[in-house]
Amino acid sequence: MIAVIGAGIVGSLIAREINKYIEDVYIFEAKNRIAAGVTKGNSAIIHGGYDDEPGSVRAEFCYRGNKLYDEISQELSVEVKRVGSHVVALNEDDLKVIDELEKKAIQNGVKEYEILDKAELLEMEPNLNKSALRSLYCPIAAITEPWEAVIQAAKSVEINGGKVLKNKKLVEVKKKDNKFELFFEDGSSYIADLVINAAGLYADEVAKLFGDEIPYIFPRKGEYILLGKDVKYVNSVIFPTPSKITKGCLVMPTVDGGYLAGPTAQNIKSKQDLSTTQEGLLEVKEKSLRLVPTLDFSRNVVKTFAGLRPETKEKDFYIDVGGGNVIHVSGIRSPGLTAAPAIAKYVVEYLIQEKLHINLEKRKNYINHIEKVPHLVEEDYEHWKRVIQEDPDAGEMICYCNKITKKEIKEAIKNGARTLDDVKFATRASFGECQGSFCIPKILKIISEETGLRPEEVLQNEKGSWIINSEVRAI
Amino acid sequence: MKYETDVVVLGGGGGGMAAAKAADKNGANVILIEREEENGGVLNQCIHNGFGIHYYRKDLTGPEFKETLQEELANTNIKILNSAFVLNVNKDKQLTFVNHKGIHEIKTKALVMATGARERHFNSLAVPGDRVAGIFTAGVAQKYINLQNLKPANSALIVGSGDIGLIMARRLHLEGIEVKGVVEILPYPGGLERNVQQCLRDYNIPLYLSHTVTRVEGNKRLSKVYVSQVDENRQVIPNTEKVFNVDALITSVGLIPLTDPVKFVETGPGFITSNTNQTSEDWIFAAGNCTVVFDLVDYVSREGEKAGKYAALYSQNQYFPEQKVKVKKGKNINILHPMYIDPNERTKLYLRVSKTFKRVEVTVEPLGIKMIEEEARPSEMIEISIKPFKDKNLKEIEVSARELG
Ligand SMILES: Cc1cc2nc3c(=O)[nH]c(=O)nc-3n(C[C@H](O)[C@H](O)[C@H](O)COP(=O)(O)OP(=O)(O)OC[C@H]3O[C@@H](n4cnc5c(N)ncnc54)[C@H](O)[C@@H]3O)c2cc1C
Ligand SMILES: Cc1cc2nc3c(=O)[nH]c(=O)nc-3n(C[C@H](O)[C@H](O)[C@H](O)COP(=O)(O)OP(=O)(O)OC[C@H]3O[C@@H](n4cnc5c(N)ncnc54)[C@H](O)[C@@H]3O)c2cc1C
Repeated sequence: MIAVIGAGIVGSLIAREINKYIEDVYIFEAKNRIAAGVTKGNSAIIHGGYDDEPGSVRAEFCYRGNKLYDEISQELSVEVKRVGSHVVALNEDDLKVIDELEKKAIQNGVKEYEILDKAELLEMEPNLNKSALRSLYCPIAAITEPWEAVIQAAKSVEINGGKVLKNKKLVEVKKKDNKFELFFEDGSSYIADLVINAAGLYADEVAKLFGDEIPYIFPRKGEYILLGKDVKYVNSVIFPTPSKITKGCLVMPTVDGGYLAGPTAQNIKSKQDLSTTQEGLLEVKEKSLRLVPTLDFSRNVVKTFAGLRPETKEKDFYIDVGGGNVIHVSGIRSPGLTAAPAIAKYVVEYLIQEKLHINLEKRKNYINHIEKVPHLVEEDYEHWKRVIQEDPDAGEMICYCNKITKKEIKEAIKNGARTLDDVKFATRASFGECQGSFCIPKILKIISEETGLRPEEVLQNEKGSWIINSEVRAI
Repeated sequence: MKYETDVVVLGGGGGGMAAAKAADKNGANVILIEREEENGGVLNQCIHNGFGIHYYRKDLTGPEFKETLQEELANTNIKILNSAFVLNVNKDKQLTFVNHKGIHEIKTKALVMATGARERHFNSLAVPGDRVAGIFTAGVAQKYINLQNLKPANSALIVGSGDIGLIMARRLHLEGIEVKGVVEILPYPGGLERNVQQCLRDYNIPLYLSHTVTRVEGNKRLSKVYVSQVDENRQVIPNTEKVFNVDALITSVGLIPLTDPVKFVETGPGFITSNTNQTSEDWIFAAGNCTVVFDLVDYVSREGEKAGKYAALYSQNQYFPEQKVKVKKGKNINILHPMYIDPNERTKLYLRVSKTFKRVEVTVEPLGIKMIEEEARPSEMIEISIKPFKDKNLKEIEVSARELG
């Protein structure tokens, strides 16, 4: 059995890649749902690959990963919109940064970029700060929904004979012959021939369980403000010129039609601190308004959130074999989402086969294409009508903002959704402008009816995030 | 299936039901569409009394008010479609809706939008802190408690002292949830005085005026809410922080008119209408909380009736306004409805002042209308009746408010 620790974008794509050769793949995820770590709170950009330090592991995988997203999108039915990105120079100093970026693009082998002058730029992005001078435009930059990619990759693993197990926090490892015995917090244990450590923020700690020292990971917080769909702000991803530590606070459209401003970059102590802060949110407002002055933070805010980057002193990915048949995929900071498909291929085609000398053969019965339960509202009406004929629930609207039907919600539950957030990330229900004011009580009821969980047992997300504590009165 | 009718009413709350009733009375064929299983809208979850005092001259609960309207509809030929969600309204006077039987089209001559409002969510206030369970809008808490018999908290703090916040404070208290206070950013309560007395003072629930929530904290579920005092400019005053140990924060921080799925008429943010409830698209009328947020369902239903009546007349080619006079917000006016007047018809003007007044004079010029009110606050709507006026050359009238010494 091959074990993958961590169901983020990295772990799930690696598991899927391995699964093309070997049926017996397990993903072990510590939380009660997948894609709930770093992969949940980020900018969701498939970067162009032009700005990573030439020669770094990041640069090696980013551009390749970007390209591979066409395949991911097709095979896993994941939405990838190639909206393009602009790095915008607002003053003379920024112009130099753009020149440097262009040099990096050339060194990184990225051909898909153009330097646009003010007129071209403002024609594409009329809401930009009028003092914009120039931009480095990269048409292959894209946006996606990272958790959707994870959900679909996990589905692929399950369809192809693998397993995705939640609530499995790896706490101890014993070496046994050439194998590992993996012990989990819930008391269970499994024997694995090969382990891939893709534990995100915790990959350094997991490596220690195997007796391996790898670069220490510290969290760097990024805070965001999500804006609603009512106003059209930008067509593509708008970056300021980057600094040494970050690509900066950006403004971009999201896949489902809203807009995202952020992130900040703040080193913090706790790997669990996902709170937003007053200073952080203020910084997001100030910086994003410099790029797009029309952003309306007084009326158009949907919500705020934060994500944690797994940083290392080396500022680079650390992907290598440890002591024995274990591979550590660590320090997967930005652009880890972009790089993930390329990392997955590298792990399987190089580290496993070449470096660990494990011979792999492609499976004949492998199912490459994974369907997605389509958002009915995006289908044509004739199709939707036929679906309703088969299942009347497809005609019952539950989430009014994002237009998600009861059928889609029940489908998500059938596929394992148990919490309000599970349903939200699987279907987008309660993700809209009203943030669930109309649909959450209904979703809670549907989860309860479909699973037999009592309302008190339905959680927002993790253990402890209860919604209901009892009945109002016994009836 | 394809339908054809004179008037479609979209939304079956207090506004929509009254509109359907009036359109029917004025001789139109009417289809009423409601996305929920039941009509009534927000009335269904408001089991307290205080509804219908003007409209029915009776003090009813929300569900009672709804039932009274429903009985009136039962004696008509109005076709009511429930659990039907309108996806699309197009300029060719076609609507598309979906229900459990399929996707259907309706061809109509006139439309009344009565889609109500949604609650502004706490998340949109961008208050920093942990992202935790236990933060509910008043409407969601109300649905759990009143409709699903589920208790979503042990102890709560309420943000927003509008009538909804005040009523929820009492409701939670009566159901055994410890309400530690109501926080209001303004220096005066947002709701009616009678509700401050009956919902807070009677139960010793403290009201914190000129206070706001600055941070929320908790591990998965809310455990602490930080509150500070604010100055006249709503800026937080340092060193005034209080911490409330509660597992729920109930927010009632405003309603936002819903104008979906109609995208092509003038809004700001609700539908902008004339005194006959006509929007910028002459076949579309609108009434109730999807225009501006009203204090009372009585006003909403009265507006609904008007919208239904004129939509019916329009559908029978009997209503063509010759003239539209613009109504302008003058000094100290925050909300004004309607924004246009057809001078051949009577007008009920609703307004909210932009600050508190001890004694205020509201004027409508050049019509020479003057009205004096004691104690005006932005949270309480003022109503002014205007008779039809003959001056055909009038382009604009202006409404203003001033303090009387
Ligand atoms: C603010 C911010 C912005 C970003 N923007 C972008 C961007 O625009 N584009 C881009 O390409 N990248 C971006 N990134 C980077 C990208 O999000 C990450 O590189 C990527 O999501 C990392 O995925 P992962 O699978 O390694 O980690 P994770 O998603 O964290 O997955 C690891 C999983 O392992 C689980 N786990 C941990 N310990 C254990 C254990 N002991 N046992 C079992 N399971 C365990 C965790 O619960 C988690 O689910 C951004 C990151 C941040 C924080
Ligand atoms: C908690 C609370 C307490 C209140 N207390 C009082 C009080 O004591 N006294 C009083 O007089 N008033 C009170 N009010 C105010 C009053 O109840 C409301 O202003 C009034 O009922 C609003 O009516 P409406 O028809 O405009 O909107 P709603 O009641 O919101 O009705 C709109 C309807 O349209 C439907 N709809 C929307 N979009 C679509 C679509 N696309 N397709 C199909 N259907 C759609 C909705 O489902 C809804 O049923 C209170 C309000 C609240 C929220």
